Amino acid sequence: MSTPAKRADIEDIEVDLFVRALQQRHGYDFSGYAPASLKRRLQHVVQSGGFESLNALTGRVLREDALVPQIVAGLSVPVSEMFRNPSVFSVLRQEVFPILATYPRINIWQAGCAHGEEVYSLAILLEEAGLYERSQIYATDFSDAALLRAQEGIFPIKDARQYSENYQAAGGQRSLADYYHARYERIKLDEQLKRHIHFANHNLTADGVFCEAHLILCRNVLIYFNNTLQNQVLGLFRDSLVRGGFLCLGNRESIDFAPAAAAFTAVDAKARVFRLANRA
Amino acid sequence: MPEPIAPLAVVVGCSAGGVQALSTLLEGLAANLPYPVIVVCHTGSEDSEMLRDVLALKSAVLVQEAQERHAPEPGIVYLAPAGYHLLLESDGRFALSVDARVCYSRPSIDVLFESAVAVHAQQLVGVVLTGANDDGAQGLKAIRNAGGLGIVQSPREAAAAAMPEAAIRIAGADHILPLADIAPFLNRLCRP
Repeated sequence: MSTPAKRADIEDIEVDLFVRALQQRHGYDFSGYAPASLKRRLQHVVQSGGFESLNALTGRVLREDALVPQIVAGLSVPVSEMFRNPSVFSVLRQEVFPILATYPRINIWQAGCAHGEEVYSLAILLEEAGLYERSQIYATDFSDAALLRAQEGIFPIKDARQYSENYQAAGGQRSLADYYHARYERIKLDEQLKRHIHFANHNLTADGVFCEAHLILCRNVLIYFNNTLQNQVLGLFRDSLVRGGFLCLGNRESIDFAPAAAAFTAVDAKARVFRLANRA
Repeated sequence: MPEPIAPLAVVVGCSAGGVQALSTLLEGLAANLPYPVIVVCHTGSEDSEMLRDVLALKSAVLVQEAQERHAPEPGIVYLAPAGYHLLLESDGRFALSVDARVCYSRPSIDVLFESAVAVHAQQLVGVVLTGANDDGAQGLKAIRNAGGLGIVQSPREAAAAAMPEAAIRIAGADHILPLADIAPFLNRLCRP
């Protein structure tokens, strides 16, 4: 008889069974996700949804389609803030925008837009740089719930002060309050900012090239992927960028183990801004 | 007393008063420890490089920021980058997340400790130092439940007693030590 599995191993098996159920029954593939965070998120989905256990959730997800959006939302990355890491937005403004300005049309892909904080940040900076009229931002996420929230552009007022500080630190030229209306406990971003944003569902783990982009932002999304999936998605970004196009990742992301990273050179290593090398 | 013979990693958590405490701890650590020391310190600042530089100043051990996907190496002290949860992946390498705060904190001590338990089980040592909230208590409980060793700074001499007190209340401790004794204790934990 083989040795019985340790407790920790049993948890891994349960996660594995859930992932397979969701993939085979509903087509959402989390098998390329890094297990440590996936496990924590699943625990959270189980607890917050009042499920008895992960196994109980696995059983129900096989039969109840209605549970899927809730689970997908729970497993997506909802946490960001406007102008998060302001220095990165400064780099985009100072190093990347002048080159984008040489194109007659500017396509930007924000992959994994969550609740839209960074999409609107980008729209504001493009507006202030005089580039927004010829820009199109494709904001994608695999969670429809997140996309709906992003489209609303409504955020808690308690975050507004931090957003304003970030905006100033990023080199914003006005007052952030010029771009939103505060009502009760919330701020709503100016509808005008949406005029060049196209929200769409796209799943980085399954879907292909989305557009021909001059700049791709994908911050703090690949950190949830294992090396294989990270490399696959970097390849997708490489294939989606024009020659000399830019890629901006989260400022602690490591692409040291991804062969696809060889296509990129660092514009600002600290800000994790890269450029697709011009191949001969 | 459950004394691990060969710790594979030491995880440390601290909050209010933590920079000072860490500075003392690292100053006392031997330069060639046979395991990595992985630290979450709540600073509230986005600038973890400054913390690294401050700590590196006085310490004989190498102090680095933990890099995602890289494997921790023995004899090096790793700090969680500001604004990210630091986890150990199932293969022992570092992983980062920007998931919601835990105990109002990101990085959270509980997140690091709990993920490290899943990898190193009883060959893990958890250390909870000074702090003003109860982050780390659940993580230390997980470590001790898995047979690892739990060390807590004596609340009486901690700059902020709440965190070590919570750890002792919720997780218990194998050793409650004054700060000055923790580094010598860790230096004695060696491989067989």
